[in-house]
Amino acid sequence: MAKRIDVSGLNAYYSSFLAIEDISMTVEPRSVTAFIGPSGCGKSTFLRTLNRMHEVTPGGRVDGKVMLDDENLYGAGIDPVAVRREVGMVFQRPNPFPTMSVYDNVAAGLRLNGKYKKSQLDDVVEKSLRGANLWNEVKDRLNKPGSGLSGGQQQRLCIARAIAVEPNVLLMDEPCSALDPISTLAIEDLIGELKERFTIVIVTHNMQQAARVSDRTAFFNLAAVGQPGKLIEIDDTERIFSNPSVQATEDYISGRFG
Amino acid sequence: MSHATLTPKSRSSLRGATLPKWFPWAVAGGSVLLGLGISAAAGLHSSIQWALIAAVLFVAGSYGISARVEGVRQAKDRVATSMVWVAFLMALIPLLSLIWETVKQGVKVLDGYFLSHSMGVVADSEPGGGIYHAILGTLEQVGLATLFSVPIGVLTAIYLVEYGRGRLAKAVTFFVDVMTGIPSIVAGLFVLSLWVLILDMGPSGIAGSFALCILMIPVVVRSTEEMLKLVPNELREASLALGVPKWRTILKVVLPTSIGGIVTGVMLAVARITGETAPVLLLVWGTDFINANPFQDPQESLPMYIYLQYSAGSDPAYDRAWAAALTLIAFIMILNLAARGIARWKAPKTGR
Ligand SMILES: Nc1ncnc2c1ncn2[C@@H]1O[C@H](COP(=O)(O)OP(=O)(O)O)[C@@H](O)[C@H]1O
Ligand SMILES: [Mg+2]
Repeated sequence: MAKRIDVSGLNAYYSSFLAIEDISMTVEPRSVTAFIGPSGCGKSTFLRTLNRMHEVTPGGRVDGKVMLDDENLYGAGIDPVAVRREVGMVFQRPNPFPTMSVYDNVAAGLRLNGKYKKSQLDDVVEKSLRGANLWNEVKDRLNKPGSGLSGGQQQRLCIARAIAVEPNVLLMDEPCSALDPISTLAIEDLIGELKERFTIVIVTHNMQQAARVSDRTAFFNLAAVGQPGKLIEIDDTERIFSNPSVQATEDYISGRFG
Repeated sequence: MSHATLTPKSRSSLRGATLPKWFPWAVAGGSVLLGLGISAAAGLHSSIQWALIAAVLFVAGSYGISARVEGVRQAKDRVATSMVWVAFLMALIPLLSLIWETVKQGVKVLDGYFLSHSMGVVADSEPGGGIYHAILGTLEQVGLATLFSVPIGVLTAIYLVEYGRGRLAKAVTFFVDVMTGIPSIVAGLFVLSLWVLILDMGPSGIAGSFALCILMIPVVVRSTEEMLKLVPNELREASLALGVPKWRTILKVVLPTSIGGIVTGVMLAVARITGETAPVLLLVWGTDFINANPFQDPQESLPMYIYLQYSAGSDPAYDRAWAAALTLIAFIMILNLAARGIARWKAPKTGR
């Protein structure tokens, strides 16, 4: 079910402020692509253009093309709600729905979309929780509030919630930055398993993490504060970390700035 | 040489001399006794006078003693604390005395008979009679007003928080602010001119409800708006990112998360309009008989009953006015308690 993403000439604005400029890249299906770069260079903004969440922000505007296989997400007549069912998202801070139990959180996507058979729901919930490596920890407390879990468990709950609607692509915006090292490892392992089924794009501030989990790495940078962020280069992760073709990438990776 | 180094108690520089826990209570007790003594000696009779003397003594005494023993910083701290307590008690005194007086006067005639009978066959100057017709009227008028105001208010708040951008939203906010400030008599006159004078309808419960709506809607809008703003944006985004349409996100995620607060706000708004007298006086007129139909003919309501009985001026009428006031206060208190209960029950759960 995983799909290829093909971005070309993409600009994103906040009102009149151009946040990212002229981004083009290809993301292969069943691969993990990591976005790295200094704070404020537009990684989150770019990620959110990939499932049309950017326009949820007041003033958010995009031009350019994002092809999901052979469909342009910004083409005429495309329903952003339908796009978001195909392209799921996991946020920086775990955000389970506080009024819902563990079970309801995972079932939320199906239930809120109103398209499910009751008998299937149990299966989907179990499968998604197993998929997020959380089943064993929560199978006895499915009816307890989701916000009672630990931070790492909550984040895996959010991943389970995202994969329960069977998206083609999974976007993750610094999914581990609020977590402890053990939970971080758990999620990194999980990413390795999920890439068999999904196309994964992950923003991370942690260079080792990018090196550990991703097949391809994209480096973003901005000339100065107030300037738009740009894609500097995208390449196989090994190459980016051993022998990048742009000097700025090497400087960033070796910790000379950023 | 500072004071602290002289006291044998302070061995370390971090541990200064401290007054015992009971110190504030002792000072408070002493001040009250002294206050009573002084006012007795000076021949003052008002309890307000001795209480004020005691309050001043309490604040000054805490400061003086604490400054000697503990140091000036701690003394200032104690003064601040004492002032807070004094202010708290001052705020409490009128409230408690009001409740005390109402209960004392109100229980005289408040019984099952009083709650279940009207004034239909009782002259204002005679004992007997009751407030059944007034309770019925209040419940119906307030119920109808709530029925109209809650959907309008909540939907307006949803528009303002979730959709409203630009001019229209600003205009709506402005008018809600203006409505918040409308005096109840003006709301009553407005409905009077529209409903009674232009549309030529007679006085009825529902005319009063319309006026109460004008007072209730802005309160509901404001409180609901605040509650919706408290819902973290991350929850909306989480839901949208699952491919849930916006209206469903609002219905299934935003509203359930804030429902406790919204209900509390509505209950408080109900409590506020339940005590309104002016619009009811203008539009519902009042009657001594039971009228269960809010759409036709005058009705009674509790605040109006109190006012009319008080105006009647006889002793039995005074007693009935107090009993009705007690009923009204009890009703509003029950509403408030219910609001708290619902808020607690519906609050997002964090337990394991
Ligand atoms: N909601 C917003 N409104 C206006 N500007 C924003 C908003 N979010 C981000 N920006 C700006 O867009 C640029 C890129 O931000 P972001 O995508 O969050 O960077 P990163 O995720 O790489 O740290 C920054 O200059 C930031 O100030
Ligand atoms: Mg970011």
